[in-house]
Amino acid sequence: MTAVLYDIPGPKARARNLTLGVVGTAVVLAIAAFVIYRFIVTGQFDARLWEWITYVNIQYILLGALGNTLSAFAAAAVLSLAFGAVFAAGRLSEHKWLSVPSTAVIELFRALPLLVLIFILFFGVSRGLGVDIPAYWAVVIGLMLYNGSVLAEVFRAGIRALPRGQGEAAYALGMRKTQVMTNVLLPQSLRAMLPTILSQLVVVLKDTALGYIILYPELLYQARFLGSQGQLGAPILQVAMVVAVIYIAMCLILSGLSKLLERRLRRSPRAAATEETEEREVAAAQAQGGGGTFGD
Amino acid sequence: MNVLFDNLPLYGVGFLGTIELFVVAAIGSLILGTILAAMRVSPIPVLRSFGTVYVNTIRNTPLTLVLFFFAFAYPRLEIADISFFWRASIGLILYTSAFVCEVVRSGVNTVPVGQAEASRALGFTFGQTMGQVVLPQAIRSVVPPLTNTMIALLKNTTIAAGFSVIEAGGIYANLSERGYNVFVGLLWVALGFLILVVPLTLLQRNLDRRWSPSR
Repeated sequence: MTAVLYDIPGPKARARNLTLGVVGTAVVLAIAAFVIYRFIVTGQFDARLWEWITYVNIQYILLGALGNTLSAFAAAAVLSLAFGAVFAAGRLSEHKWLSVPSTAVIELFRALPLLVLIFILFFGVSRGLGVDIPAYWAVVIGLMLYNGSVLAEVFRAGIRALPRGQGEAAYALGMRKTQVMTNVLLPQSLRAMLPTILSQLVVVLKDTALGYIILYPELLYQARFLGSQGQLGAPILQVAMVVAVIYIAMCLILSGLSKLLERRLRRSPRAAATEETEEREVAAAQAQGGGGTFGD
Repeated sequence: MNVLFDNLPLYGVGFLGTIELFVVAAIGSLILGTILAAMRVSPIPVLRSFGTVYVNTIRNTPLTLVLFFFAFAYPRLEIADISFFWRASIGLILYTSAFVCEVVRSGVNTVPVGQAEASRALGFTFGQTMGQVVLPQAIRSVVPPLTNTMIALLKNTTIAAGFSVIEAGGIYANLSERGYNVFVGLLWVALGFLILVVPLTLLQRNLDRRWSPSR
Protein backbone atom coordinates (compact mmCIF):
# COMPACT_ATOMS: atom_id res chain seq x y z
CA MET A 1 0.00 0.00 0.00
CA THR A 2 2.62 2.48 1.11
CA ALA A 3 4.39 2.29 -2.23
CA VAL A 4 1.26 3.25 -4.17
CA LEU A 5 0.55 6.40 -2.24
CA TYR A 6 3.15 8.44 -4.08
CA ASP A 7 5.07 8.41 -7.36
CA ILE A 8 8.76 7.82 -7.62
CA PRO A 9 9.89 11.29 -6.53
CA GLY A 10 11.17 13.74 -9.11
CA PRO A 11 13.87 16.34 -8.40
CA LYS A 12 11.48 18.73 -6.67
CA ALA A 13 9.91 16.05 -4.48
CA ARG A 14 13.33 14.64 -3.67
CA ALA A 15 14.48 18.04 -2.45
CA ARG A 16 11.33 18.45 -0.39
CA ASN A 17 11.62 14.98 1.09
CA LEU A 18 15.24 15.64 1.94
CA THR A 19 14.34 18.86 3.75
CA LEU A 20 11.57 17.14 5.66
CA GLY A 21 13.89 14.28 6.48
CA VAL A 22 16.58 16.63 7.74
CA VAL A 23 14.10 18.65 9.80
CA GLY A 24 12.56 15.48 11.25
CA THR A 25 15.95 14.06 12.13
CA ALA A 26 16.95 17.37 13.66
CA VAL A 27 13.84 17.41 15.87
CA VAL A 28 14.39 13.85 17.07
CA LEU A 29 18.10 14.45 17.65
CA ALA A 30 17.32 17.68 19.50
CA ILE A 31 15.00 15.83 21.89
CA ALA A 32 17.61 13.10 22.44
CA ALA A 33 20.36 15.69 22.91
CA PHE A 34 18.26 17.59 25.44
CA VAL A 35 17.68 14.44 27.48
CA ILE A 36 21.38 13.54 27.38
CA TYR A 37 22.23 17.13 28.31
CA ARG A 38 19.98 16.86 31.36
CA PHE A 39 21.68 13.57 32.21
CA ILE A 40 25.06 15.29 32.15
CA VAL A 41 23.96 18.42 34.01
CA THR A 42 22.35 16.43 36.82
CA GLY A 43 25.35 14.12 37.00
CA GLN A 44 23.55 10.93 36.02
CA PHE A 45 26.56 9.66 34.10
CA ASP A 46 28.84 9.79 37.18
CA ALA A 47 30.75 6.56 37.59
CA ARG A 48 29.51 6.25 41.18
CA LEU A 49 25.92 5.92 40.02
CA TRP A 50 26.75 3.10 37.62
CA GLU A 51 29.15 1.22 39.90
CA TRP A 52 26.39 -1.02 41.28
CA ILE A 53 26.31 -3.01 38.06
CA THR A 54 29.71 -4.46 38.90
CA TYR A 55 28.72 -5.73 42.35
CA VAL A 56 28.20 -9.48 42.23
CA ASN A 57 25.60 -9.39 45.02
CA ILE A 58 23.47 -6.95 43.10
CA GLN A 59 23.78 -9.03 39.98
CA TYR A 60 22.44 -11.97 41.97
CA ILE A 61 19.57 -9.85 43.30
CA LEU A 62 18.62 -8.86 39.77
CA LEU A 63 19.00 -12.42 38.55
CA GLY A 64 16.71 -13.64 41.32
CA ALA A 65 14.19 -10.93 40.44
CA LEU A 66 14.37 -11.95 36.81
CA GLY A 67 13.71 -15.53 37.91
CA ASN A 68 10.64 -14.36 39.85
CA THR A 69 9.36 -12.48 36.83
CA LEU A 70 9.89 -15.46 34.57
CA SER A 71 8.32 -17.96 36.95
CA ALA A 72 5.21 -15.78 37.30
CA PHE A 73 5.17 -15.48 33.51
CA ALA A 74 5.53 -19.22 32.93
CA ALA A 75 2.82 -20.16 35.41
CA ALA A 76 0.46 -17.46 34.12
CA ALA A 77 1.10 -18.42 30.49
CA VAL A 78 0.35 -22.10 31.02
CA LEU A 79 -2.68 -21.43 33.21
CA SER A 80 -4.17 -18.84 30.87
CA LEU A 81 -3.78 -21.15 27.89
CA ALA A 82 -5.63 -23.85 29.83
CA PHE A 83 -8.25 -21.38 31.06
CA GLY A 84 -8.71 -20.08 27.53
CA ALA A 85 -9.09 -23.57 26.08
CA VAL A 86 -11.66 -24.62 28.68
CA PHE A 87 -13.78 -21.49 28.40
CA ALA A 88 -13.55 -21.34 24.60
CA ALA A 89 -14.83 -24.91 24.50
CA GLY A 90 -17.55 -23.91 26.96
CA ARG A 91 -18.60 -20.93 24.89
CA LEU A 92 -18.64 -22.96 21.67
CA SER A 93 -20.75 -25.67 23.29
CA GLU A 94 -24.29 -26.28 22.05
CA HIS A 95 -25.63 -26.64 25.58
CA LYS A 96 -27.04 -23.38 26.89
CA TRP A 97 -26.20 -24.25 30.50
CA LEU A 98 -22.53 -24.38 29.51
CA SER A 99 -22.21 -21.64 26.94
CA VAL A 100 -24.09 -18.91 28.82
CA PRO A 101 -21.99 -18.99 32.01
CA SER A 102 -18.78 -19.34 29.98
CA THR A 103 -19.69 -16.27 27.94
CA ALA A 104 -20.48 -14.34 31.11
CA VAL A 105 -17.15 -15.24 32.70
CA ILE A 106 -15.17 -14.32 29.58
CA GLU A 107 -16.93 -11.00 29.12
CA LEU A 108 -16.64 -10.11 32.80
CA PHE A 109 -12.91 -10.67 33.08
CA ARG A 110 -12.17 -8.94 29.80
CA ALA A 111 -13.97 -5.82 30.97
CA LEU A 112 -12.24 -5.48 34.35
CA PRO A 113 -8.90 -3.73 34.66
CA LEU A 114 -6.24 -6.31 35.47
CA LEU A 115 -4.92 -4.27 38.38
CA VAL A 116 -8.34 -4.12 40.04
CA LEU A 117 -8.54 -7.90 39.63
CA ILE A 118 -5.15 -8.31 41.29
CA PHE A 119 -6.14 -5.93 44.10
CA ILE A 120 -9.32 -7.93 44.72
CA LEU A 121 -7.29 -11.13 44.94
CA PHE A 122 -4.50 -9.70 47.07
CA PHE A 123 -6.15 -7.16 49.38
CA GLY A 124 -9.82 -7.99 49.06
CA VAL A 125 -9.89 -11.74 49.48
CA SER A 126 -7.48 -11.79 52.40
CA ARG A 127 -9.28 -9.09 54.36
CA GLY A 128 -12.80 -9.86 53.24
CA LEU A 129 -12.86 -13.64 53.27
CA GLY A 130 -9.89 -14.36 55.49
CA VAL A 131 -8.09 -16.43 52.86
CA ASP A 132 -4.54 -15.19 52.40
CA ILE A 133 -3.34 -15.27 48.80
CA PRO A 134 0.41 -14.74 48.43
CA ALA A 135 1.49 -11.95 46.06
CA TYR A 136 2.81 -14.50 43.57
CA TRP A 137 -0.55 -16.25 43.23
CA ALA A 138 -2.46 -12.99 43.16
CA VAL A 139 -0.41 -11.96 40.13
CA VAL A 140 -0.61 -15.36 38.46
CA ILE A 141 -4.35 -15.84 39.00
CA GLY A 142 -5.08 -12.27 37.94
CA LEU A 143 -3.08 -12.77 34.75
CA MET A 144 -4.76 -16.12 34.17
CA LEU A 145 -8.29 -14.72 34.48
CA TYR A 146 -7.65 -11.75 32.21
CA ASN A 147 -5.41 -13.25 29.55
CA GLY A 148 -7.26 -16.56 29.68
CA SER A 149 -10.45 -14.74 28.75
CA VAL A 150 -8.74 -12.92 25.90
CA LEU A 151 -7.23 -16.20 24.67
CA ALA A 152 -10.63 -17.89 24.90
CA GLU A 153 -11.94 -15.33 22.45
CA VAL A 154 -8.92 -15.88 20.21
CA PHE A 155 -9.54 -19.64 20.17
CA ARG A 156 -13.23 -19.19 19.50
CA ALA A 157 -12.66 -16.73 16.66
CA GLY A 158 -10.06 -19.04 15.14
CA ILE A 159 -12.39 -22.02 15.10
CA ARG A 160 -15.39 -20.07 13.84
CA ALA A 161 -13.34 -18.55 11.03
CA LEU A 162 -12.77 -21.99 9.46
CA PRO A 163 -14.95 -22.77 6.42
CA ARG A 164 -18.16 -24.43 7.65
CA GLY A 165 -17.69 -27.31 5.23
CA GLN A 166 -14.79 -28.62 7.31
CA GLY A 167 -16.97 -29.38 10.31
CA GLU A 168 -19.90 -30.53 8.18
CA ALA A 169 -17.75 -32.96 6.22
CA ALA A 170 -16.35 -34.41 9.43
CA TYR A 171 -19.85 -34.88 10.86
CA ALA A 172 -20.94 -36.48 7.57
CA LEU A 173 -18.13 -38.99 7.98
CA GLY A 174 -19.70 -39.98 11.27
CA MET A 175 -17.21 -38.36 13.63
CA ARG A 176 -18.28 -37.39 17.12
CA LYS A 177 -18.23 -33.81 18.39
CA THR A 178 -14.94 -34.26 20.22
CA GLN A 179 -13.34 -35.94 17.23
CA VAL A 180 -14.47 -33.17 14.90
CA MET A 181 -12.91 -30.64 17.22
CA THR A 182 -9.63 -32.38 17.97
CA ASN A 183 -8.97 -34.06 14.62
CA VAL A 184 -10.35 -31.58 12.14
CA LEU A 185 -11.00 -28.09 13.47
CA LEU A 186 -8.24 -27.52 16.02
CA PRO A 187 -5.24 -28.59 13.92
CA GLN A 188 -6.26 -26.27 11.12
CA SER A 189 -7.15 -23.23 13.19
CA LEU A 190 -4.15 -23.51 15.51
CA ARG A 191 -1.88 -22.66 12.60
CA ALA A 192 -3.64 -19.36 12.10
CA MET A 193 -3.87 -18.68 15.81
CA LEU A 194 -0.27 -19.33 16.83
CA PRO A 195 1.17 -15.87 16.07
CA THR A 196 -1.71 -14.21 17.90
CA ILE A 197 -1.33 -16.55 20.86
CA LEU A 198 2.36 -15.72 21.08
CA SER A 199 1.74 -12.00 20.93
CA GLN A 200 -0.81 -12.40 23.72
CA LEU A 201 1.93 -14.12 25.72
CA VAL A 202 4.03 -10.97 25.26
CA VAL A 203 1.18 -9.17 27.01
CA VAL A 204 1.36 -11.68 29.86
CA LEU A 205 5.10 -11.07 30.19
CA LYS A 206 4.61 -7.30 30.19
CA ASP A 207 1.83 -7.46 32.73
CA THR A 208 3.89 -9.40 35.26
CA ALA A 209 5.35 -5.96 35.98
CA LEU A 210 2.06 -5.17 37.75
CA GLY A 211 3.34 -7.41 40.52
CA TYR A 212 5.48 -4.44 41.56
CA ILE A 213 2.40 -2.59 42.79
CA ILE A 214 1.47 -5.36 45.24
CA LEU A 215 5.13 -5.76 46.19
CA TYR A 216 5.80 -9.10 44.54
CA PRO A 217 9.63 -9.10 44.39
CA GLU A 218 10.01 -9.12 40.60
CA LEU A 219 12.32 -6.98 38.45
CA LEU A 220 10.61 -3.64 38.92
CA TYR A 221 10.29 -4.12 42.68
CA GLN A 222 14.01 -4.81 42.97
CA ALA A 223 14.68 -1.81 40.75
CA ARG A 224 12.82 0.37 43.25
CA PHE A 225 14.71 -1.25 46.12
CA LEU A 226 18.14 -0.80 44.54
CA GLY A 227 17.26 2.68 43.36
CA SER A 228 16.59 3.83 46.89
CA GLN A 229 19.84 2.56 48.37
CA GLY A 230 21.71 5.60 49.66
CA GLN A 231 25.03 3.76 49.76
CA LEU A 232 24.89 3.31 46.01
CA GLY A 233 23.94 6.96 45.48
CA ALA A 234 20.25 6.11 44.91
CA PRO A 235 20.74 5.26 41.23
CA ILE A 236 17.04 4.82 40.40
CA LEU A 237 17.35 6.26 36.91
CA GLN A 238 20.20 3.93 36.06
CA VAL A 239 18.49 0.86 37.51
CA ALA A 240 15.29 1.73 35.66
CA MET A 241 17.23 1.92 32.41
CA VAL A 242 18.89 -1.45 32.91
CA VAL A 243 15.59 -3.09 33.87
CA ALA A 244 13.93 -1.50 30.84
CA VAL A 245 16.56 -3.05 28.59
CA ILE A 246 15.94 -6.46 30.16
CA TYR A 247 12.16 -6.20 29.72
CA ILE A 248 12.37 -4.94 26.16
CA ALA A 249 14.88 -7.64 25.21
CA MET A 250 12.66 -10.41 26.62
CA CYS A 251 9.55 -9.08 24.90
CA LEU A 252 11.37 -8.53 21.62
CA ILE A 253 12.54 -12.15 21.67
CA LEU A 254 8.96 -13.34 22.15
CA SER A 255 7.60 -10.94 19.51
CA GLY A 256 10.38 -11.97 17.14
CA LEU A 257 9.41 -15.59 17.65
CA SER A 258 5.81 -14.85 16.75
CA LYS A 259 6.88 -12.94 13.62
CA LEU A 260 9.18 -15.79 12.60
CA LEU A 261 6.35 -18.26 13.03
CA GLU A 262 4.01 -16.10 11.04
CA ARG A 263 6.45 -15.98 8.15
CA ARG A 264 7.03 -19.73 8.37
CA LEU A 265 3.32 -20.44 8.22
CA ARG A 266 2.84 -18.03 5.34
CA ARG A 267 5.35 -19.91 3.27
CA SER A 268 2.95 -22.59 2.08
CA PRO A 269 0.84 -20.65 -0.44
CA ARG A 270 -2.19 -22.90 -0.26
CA ALA A 271 -2.63 -22.29 3.43
CA ALA A 272 -1.95 -18.58 3.13
CA ALA A 273 -5.14 -17.82 1.22
CA THR A 274 -7.61 -19.19 3.76
CA GLU A 275 -5.51 -18.13 6.68
CA GLU A 276 -5.54 -14.49 5.88
CA THR A 277 -9.21 -13.98 6.66
CA GLU A 278 -8.84 -16.22 9.64
CA GLU A 279 -5.93 -14.33 11.06
CA ARG A 280 -7.75 -11.07 10.70
CA GLU A 281 -10.67 -12.35 12.74
CA VAL A 282 -8.40 -13.91 15.32
CA ALA A 283 -6.43 -10.70 15.66
CA ALA A 284 -9.66 -8.77 16.03
CA ALA A 285 -10.69 -11.02 18.90
CA GLN A 286 -7.41 -10.32 20.60
CA ALA A 287 -7.68 -6.60 20.04
CA GLN A 288 -11.03 -6.61 21.79
CA GLY A 289 -9.27 -7.75 24.90
CA GLY A 290 -7.69 -4.40 24.65
CA GLY A 291 -4.38 -4.55 23.04
CA GLY A 292 -2.59 -5.25 25.97
CA THR A 293 -1.74 -4.06 28.89
CA PHE A 294 -3.06 -3.29 26.03
CA GLY A 295 -3.34 -5.92 24.85
CA ASP A 296 -1.42 -6.41 22.06
CA MET B 1 -23.88 -1.23 50.58
CA ASN B 2 -22.60 0.81 53.53
CA VAL B 3 -19.11 0.77 52.12
CA LEU B 4 -20.33 2.54 49.01
CA PHE B 5 -22.73 5.04 50.59
CA ASP B 6 -20.47 6.01 53.50
CA ASN B 7 -17.64 6.75 51.09
CA LEU B 8 -19.56 8.16 48.16
CA PRO B 9 -17.35 11.29 47.91
CA LEU B 10 -14.25 9.06 47.83
CA TYR B 11 -15.66 7.04 44.93
CA GLY B 12 -16.72 10.24 43.20
CA VAL B 13 -13.26 11.76 43.42
CA GLY B 14 -11.64 8.48 42.40
CA PHE B 15 -13.70 7.89 39.29
CA LEU B 16 -13.52 11.57 38.37
CA GLY B 17 -9.72 11.21 38.47
CA THR B 18 -9.97 8.14 36.25
CA ILE B 19 -12.11 9.96 33.71
CA GLU B 20 -9.90 13.07 33.72
CA LEU B 21 -6.79 10.97 33.18
CA PHE B 22 -8.56 9.01 30.46
CA VAL B 23 -9.74 12.10 28.56
CA VAL B 24 -6.34 13.82 28.68
CA ALA B 25 -4.46 10.68 27.68
CA ALA B 26 -6.97 9.78 24.96
CA ILE B 27 -6.74 13.17 23.25
CA GLY B 28 -2.96 13.26 23.54
CA SER B 29 -2.44 9.73 22.27
CA LEU B 30 -4.82 10.17 19.33
CA ILE B 31 -2.84 13.21 18.18
CA LEU B 32 0.61 11.71 18.74
CA GLY B 33 -0.49 8.33 17.35
CA THR B 34 -1.78 9.87 14.13
CA ILE B 35 1.44 11.82 13.68
CA LEU B 36 3.42 8.61 14.21
CA ALA B 37 1.23 6.73 11.72
CA ALA B 38 1.76 9.48 9.16
CA MET B 39 5.50 9.14 9.75
CA ARG B 40 5.30 5.39 9.22
CA VAL B 41 3.62 5.64 5.81
CA SER B 42 5.47 8.75 4.65
CA PRO B 43 7.84 8.72 1.65
CA ILE B 44 10.77 9.78 3.84
CA PRO B 45 12.83 6.77 4.96
CA VAL B 46 14.34 8.48 8.02
CA LEU B 47 10.95 9.36 9.46
CA ARG B 48 9.64 5.89 8.64
CA SER B 49 12.43 4.25 10.60
CA PHE B 50 11.98 6.61 13.58
CA GLY B 51 8.33 5.65 13.68
CA THR B 52 9.10 1.94 13.44
CA VAL B 53 11.72 2.03 16.18
CA TYR B 54 9.47 4.01 18.50
CA VAL B 55 6.49 1.72 18.02
CA ASN B 56 8.49 -1.48 18.40
CA THR B 57 10.23 -0.27 21.54
CA ILE B 58 7.15 1.07 23.29
CA ARG B 59 4.97 -1.90 22.40
CA ASN B 60 7.49 -4.18 24.08
CA THR B 61 7.77 -2.13 27.27
CA PRO B 62 5.43 -2.73 30.21
CA LEU B 63 3.25 0.30 30.96
CA THR B 64 4.14 -0.12 34.63
CA LEU B 65 7.77 0.49 33.72
CA VAL B 66 6.91 3.63 31.73
CA LEU B 67 4.95 5.04 34.67
CA PHE B 68 7.68 3.91 37.07
CA PHE B 69 10.14 5.92 35.02
CA PHE B 70 8.02 9.05 35.08
CA ALA B 71 7.20 8.68 38.78
CA PHE B 72 10.69 8.04 40.18
CA ALA B 73 13.39 8.56 37.57
CA TYR B 74 12.09 11.63 35.79
CA PRO B 75 12.47 13.97 38.81
CA ARG B 76 16.20 13.16 38.87
CA LEU B 77 16.62 14.93 35.54
CA GLU B 78 15.27 18.14 37.12
CA ILE B 79 13.70 19.26 33.85
CA ALA B 80 10.46 20.72 35.12
CA ASP B 81 8.50 20.07 38.27
CA ILE B 82 5.14 18.72 37.10
CA SER B 83 2.49 17.00 39.18
CA PHE B 84 2.00 13.23 39.36
CA PHE B 85 -1.18 13.60 37.35
CA TRP B 86 0.55 15.17 34.37
CA ARG B 87 3.50 12.81 34.55
CA ALA B 88 1.11 9.86 34.49
CA SER B 89 -0.71 11.47 31.56
CA ILE B 90 2.54 11.84 29.63
CA GLY B 91 3.44 8.22 30.33
CA LEU B 92 0.00 7.01 29.20
CA ILE B 93 0.14 9.19 26.08
CA LEU B 94 3.59 7.92 25.07
CA TYR B 95 2.50 4.32 25.64
CA THR B 96 -0.96 4.46 24.04
CA SER B 97 0.15 6.42 20.99
CA ALA B 98 2.21 3.45 19.79
CA PHE B 99 -0.98 1.34 19.73
CA VAL B 100 -3.02 4.12 18.11
CA CYS B 101 -0.31 4.41 15.45
CA GLU B 102 -0.56 0.72 14.61
CA VAL B 103 -4.35 0.83 14.41
CA VAL B 104 -4.33 3.85 12.08
CA ARG B 105 -1.56 2.43 9.93
CA SER B 106 -3.20 -0.96 9.49
CA GLY B 107 -6.47 0.85 8.78
CA VAL B 108 -4.73 2.66 5.92
CA ASN B 109 -3.47 -0.69 4.70
CA THR B 110 -6.95 -2.21 4.54
CA VAL B 111 -8.08 0.22 1.84
CA PRO B 112 -7.79 -1.70 -1.45
CA VAL B 113 -4.64 -0.74 -3.35
CA GLY B 114 -6.74 0.02 -6.44
CA GLN B 115 -8.24 3.04 -4.67
CA ALA B 116 -4.86 4.66 -4.19
CA GLU B 117 -3.73 3.61 -7.66
CA ALA B 118 -6.82 5.14 -9.24
CA SER B 119 -6.37 8.43 -7.44
CA ARG B 120 -2.68 8.45 -8.36
CA ALA B 121 -3.69 7.85 -11.96
CA LEU B 122 -6.02 10.85 -11.77
CA GLY B 123 -3.01 12.93 -10.78
CA PHE B 124 -3.79 13.42 -7.07
CA THR B 125 -0.83 14.31 -4.87
CA PHE B 126 0.13 12.37 -1.73
CA GLY B 127 -1.84 14.77 0.45
CA GLN B 128 -4.91 14.62 -1.77
CA THR B 129 -4.75 10.84 -2.09
CA MET B 130 -4.59 10.45 1.68
CA GLY B 131 -7.04 13.21 2.58
CA GLN B 132 -9.74 12.66 -0.01
CA VAL B 133 -9.53 9.00 -0.97
CA VAL B 134 -7.69 6.74 1.45
CA LEU B 135 -8.36 8.18 4.91
CA PRO B 136 -12.14 8.65 4.55
CA GLN B 137 -12.36 4.96 3.68
CA ALA B 138 -9.80 3.94 6.28
CA ILE B 139 -11.88 5.50 9.07
CA ARG B 140 -14.42 2.70 8.75
CA SER B 141 -11.83 0.08 9.57
CA VAL B 142 -10.00 2.27 12.08
CA VAL B 143 -12.76 3.35 14.43
CA PRO B 144 -13.82 -0.06 15.83
CA PRO B 145 -10.28 -1.16 16.80
CA LEU B 146 -9.55 2.36 17.99
CA THR B 147 -12.47 2.03 20.40
CA ASN B 148 -10.73 -1.10 21.69
CA THR B 149 -7.51 0.79 22.22
CA MET B 150 -9.41 3.44 24.14
CA ILE B 151 -11.11 0.79 26.30
CA ALA B 152 -7.68 -0.60 27.09
CA LEU B 153 -6.48 2.91 27.94
CA LEU B 154 -9.41 3.38 30.29
CA LYS B 155 -8.48 0.17 32.08
CA ASN B 156 -4.80 1.07 32.08
CA THR B 157 -5.41 4.33 33.94
CA THR B 158 -5.74 2.18 37.08
CA ILE B 159 -2.02 1.52 36.95
CA ALA B 160 -1.43 5.22 37.61
CA ALA B 161 -3.10 4.66 40.99
CA GLY B 162 -0.07 2.53 41.88
CA PHE B 163 2.01 5.68 41.54
CA SER B 164 0.01 7.99 43.83
CA VAL B 165 -2.29 9.54 41.26
CA ILE B 166 -5.75 10.02 42.76
CA GLU B 167 -7.72 7.50 40.79
CA ALA B 168 -10.39 4.84 41.15
CA GLY B 169 -7.75 2.10 41.40
CA GLY B 170 -6.47 3.71 44.61
CA ILE B 171 -9.79 3.76 46.48
CA TYR B 172 -9.01 0.54 48.36
CA ALA B 173 -6.06 2.13 50.20
CA ASN B 174 -8.29 4.88 51.62
CA LEU B 175 -10.96 2.37 52.57
CA SER B 176 -8.58 0.17 54.49
CA GLU B 177 -7.28 3.21 56.39
CA ARG B 178 -10.82 4.01 57.44
CA GLY B 179 -11.40 0.41 58.49
CA TYR B 180 -14.01 -0.52 55.92
CA ASN B 181 -14.31 -3.90 54.24
CA VAL B 182 -11.82 -3.66 51.38
CA PHE B 183 -13.26 -6.66 49.56
CA VAL B 184 -16.70 -5.13 49.21
CA GLY B 185 -15.14 -1.78 48.44
CA LEU B 186 -13.13 -3.25 45.59
CA LEU B 187 -16.18 -5.02 44.18
CA TRP B 188 -17.84 -1.61 43.92
CA VAL B 189 -14.77 -0.30 42.08
CA ALA B 190 -15.02 -3.26 39.71
CA LEU B 191 -18.71 -2.51 39.14
CA GLY B 192 -17.82 1.11 38.43
CA PHE B 193 -15.41 0.00 35.74
CA LEU B 194 -17.99 -2.35 34.26
CA ILE B 195 -20.39 0.59 34.02
CA LEU B 196 -17.72 2.62 32.20
CA VAL B 197 -16.40 -0.15 29.94
CA VAL B 198 -19.53 -2.07 28.91
CA PRO B 199 -21.19 0.80 26.97
CA LEU B 200 -17.92 1.35 25.09
CA THR B 201 -17.71 -2.35 24.26
CA LEU B 202 -21.29 -2.37 23.00
CA LEU B 203 -20.57 0.72 20.90
CA GLN B 204 -17.51 -0.97 19.47
CA ARG B 205 -19.43 -4.13 18.52
CA ASN B 206 -22.18 -2.08 16.97
CA LEU B 207 -19.71 -0.11 14.85
CA ASP B 208 -17.90 -3.28 13.92
CA ARG B 209 -21.09 -4.97 12.76
CA ARG B 210 -22.39 -1.99 10.83
CA TRP B 211 -19.17 -0.97 9.14
CA SER B 212 -17.07 -3.99 8.46
CA PRO B 213 -19.28 -6.07 6.08
CA SER B 214 -19.54 -3.16 3.68
CA ARG B 215 -16.20 -4.11 2.20
